[in-house]
Amino acid sequence: MSRLPEPTGSTGLPEQTHSAGSRTRSDQHESATSSDRGDQGDSPTLRPMSYRVARSTRSSRLFSAALGVLLITLISLPWWADNGPMRLIAEMAYFLALAQLWNLLAGYAGLVSVGQQAFVGLGGYTLFALTDWYGVHPLWALALAGLMAALVSVPVALAVFRLRGAYFAVGTWVVAEIFQLFVAQVPRLGGGSGYSLTPAIVRSIAADRGTRDQVLYWIALALAVAVTAAVYAVLRSRHGLALTAIRDSERASRSLGVDTWRTKLFIYVVTAGCTGVIGAFIFLLKLRISPASGFDVNDWTVVVIFMVVIGGIGTMEGPIVGMLLYFGLREWLADYGSWYLILLGAVAVVVMLRAQRGLWGWVESRFGLSLFPIRRQLVILPGTGQGESRE
Amino acid sequence: MNVMTILIQGTLLGGLYALFAIGLSLTFGIMRVVNIAHGDLITLAAFAALVVTDTLAISPFVALGVVVPLFFALGYLLQRGLLNRTLGDSILPPLLVTFGLSVIIQNVLLEVFGANIRRLPVGNLETASLQLPAGIAIGVFPLIVFAAALICLGALQYLLYRTRLGRAFRATSDDPETAELMGIDNRHLYALAMGIALAFTALAGVLFAIRTTFDPASGPIRLIFAFEAVIIGGLGSLWGTLLGGVVLGIAQSIGAAISLEWQILAGHIAFMIILVLKPDGLFPRTQD
Repeated sequence: MSRLPEPTGSTGLPEQTHSAGSRTRSDQHESATSSDRGDQGDSPTLRPMSYRVARSTRSSRLFSAALGVLLITLISLPWWADNGPMRLIAEMAYFLALAQLWNLLAGYAGLVSVGQQAFVGLGGYTLFALTDWYGVHPLWALALAGLMAALVSVPVALAVFRLRGAYFAVGTWVVAEIFQLFVAQVPRLGGGSGYSLTPAIVRSIAADRGTRDQVLYWIALALAVAVTAAVYAVLRSRHGLALTAIRDSERASRSLGVDTWRTKLFIYVVTAGCTGVIGAFIFLLKLRISPASGFDVNDWTVVVIFMVVIGGIGTMEGPIVGMLLYFGLREWLADYGSWYLILLGAVAVVVMLRAQRGLWGWVESRFGLSLFPIRRQLVILPGTGQGESRE
Repeated sequence: MNVMTILIQGTLLGGLYALFAIGLSLTFGIMRVVNIAHGDLITLAAFAALVVTDTLAISPFVALGVVVPLFFALGYLLQRGLLNRTLGDSILPPLLVTFGLSVIIQNVLLEVFGANIRRLPVGNLETASLQLPAGIAIGVFPLIVFAAALICLGALQYLLYRTRLGRAFRATSDDPETAELMGIDNRHLYALAMGIALAFTALAGVLFAIRTTFDPASGPIRLIFAFEAVIIGGLGSLWGTLLGGVVLGIAQSIGAAISLEWQILAGHIAFMIILVLKPDGLFPRTQD
């Protein structure tokens, strides 16, 4: 991925101007883990007035450390906890991944899709077909399902990108409906009634059930971490900068030479591919797929949208907060049927009206916290004649 | 099945889809906002008519006299109290607020009425048909629905192009800031537009509930049909909406002639083909 040559020196980037809260309290050193991405042009340069562009903040470094501890705890979970929490955490992990992807799509690229279930179902069915028809190992099939979803998303994008805004949303939904109706017509995929993985395929992951549950649990964790890291990497890359520009003003960014169409296509295809992998994983976990469950708009899109909107759309922390809140609510209101959906809908409406950047947006503006720093910030080093300049 | 029968049935079905689409088209034309809860409001109207016919023991056609004004008021209040606050540069708030409303309406209906499939009974009108020469039969009720679509579109055309209110609507649609400078109260006007849109939606919902069965989950697919009719016809074009509905209806009845499962799929495929070949629809009017 090539990098946009960014201006260094006195011609600051526009986003360097708005800094608030802890960003001005940034440390003198950047932590290697969260912001050193090995850019070329890292070598120190002499400047008349010295400053440094930093991306990590104290809170983000503390958070990285806490995240490390949390991850180690979660990875070691199978050795000291039983199956119940493992299953719940696996579900939380894949929902977090879906939420991060939808947030990248809608919150950053402005592509509000209500049809991501198309790629969840497509990934699931691809895994079932590859393992059953061609004897592909399920773990390989996960990757191939992602590839399939990415490939299919290109022609889909060419059609739905003709629609704008809210019409794009409904258009993607139509595509998912077409996938669902089409799959129901294929007898080899079980038609309308569904399709189960054979015991032989299930055993090929691991012979005994305990090991299998562990392997699948670790895959769920790995997917959540990988997707979060990938979204973070995209946002900090050249595409991320272009996305921020598009989000703020599509017309202005186009006039400055950002290829908005191509950037959006890139995001759409990447998101579809990752959603396909997660879809394949979800149904590897469930062992059974049907057109209604694979392309379920409520499970794979509605709930995900609520997580992102309530947590904070257009922030990386939002999907995490929203996911935790969703699972909390779901456990709490488990006995009240669909009331938790009604409540979630109402909360999402209130959030959109009152605090459009969600719970995390409120925390960010109130306390200046940023756990996944994406913005670049200018740190002027007082009294020094030289400094280190970074992207 | 006879080709003429397929075409006639498809055209009449298109009348219902045009009725679904009128509200969506009107709110998009004036406020540039797509109401994701549109399909669920159609279903809500159907359930409202069910309650009214049951409690007052009147015909669904008489119940229209209650449901349509009720939905006009609902639309006005919804826009004034809620949706006006979402208008702005970003498309996210209106989209996600109406999306939230859609989920709320669906699940409240599910909690209140259960998942049972319902229908509004109108006696032998449901099955009555006219015999034409060459053995073609036309259902009387689909014909009524089609006539209703024509009357609604005509009335809307009159409203938009022959009245002061219509001129205000068109002015606000073209340039909201300038319209406001000329003394138009946009918030009131938007609320009126949503009220009118929901009045048409209520009519569509009641006629739909007489024609086919419905349940709390039947909203989303009605939104999709309405949306397909609008896009096929061309955004913002009134009579294009009717043509879009008819194209969709004919595609669906051709699909249904192949097999029942293909009915909806054929409609979606026709929509995708038109989207790819002629993205502005058959009668483009409004530029987004």
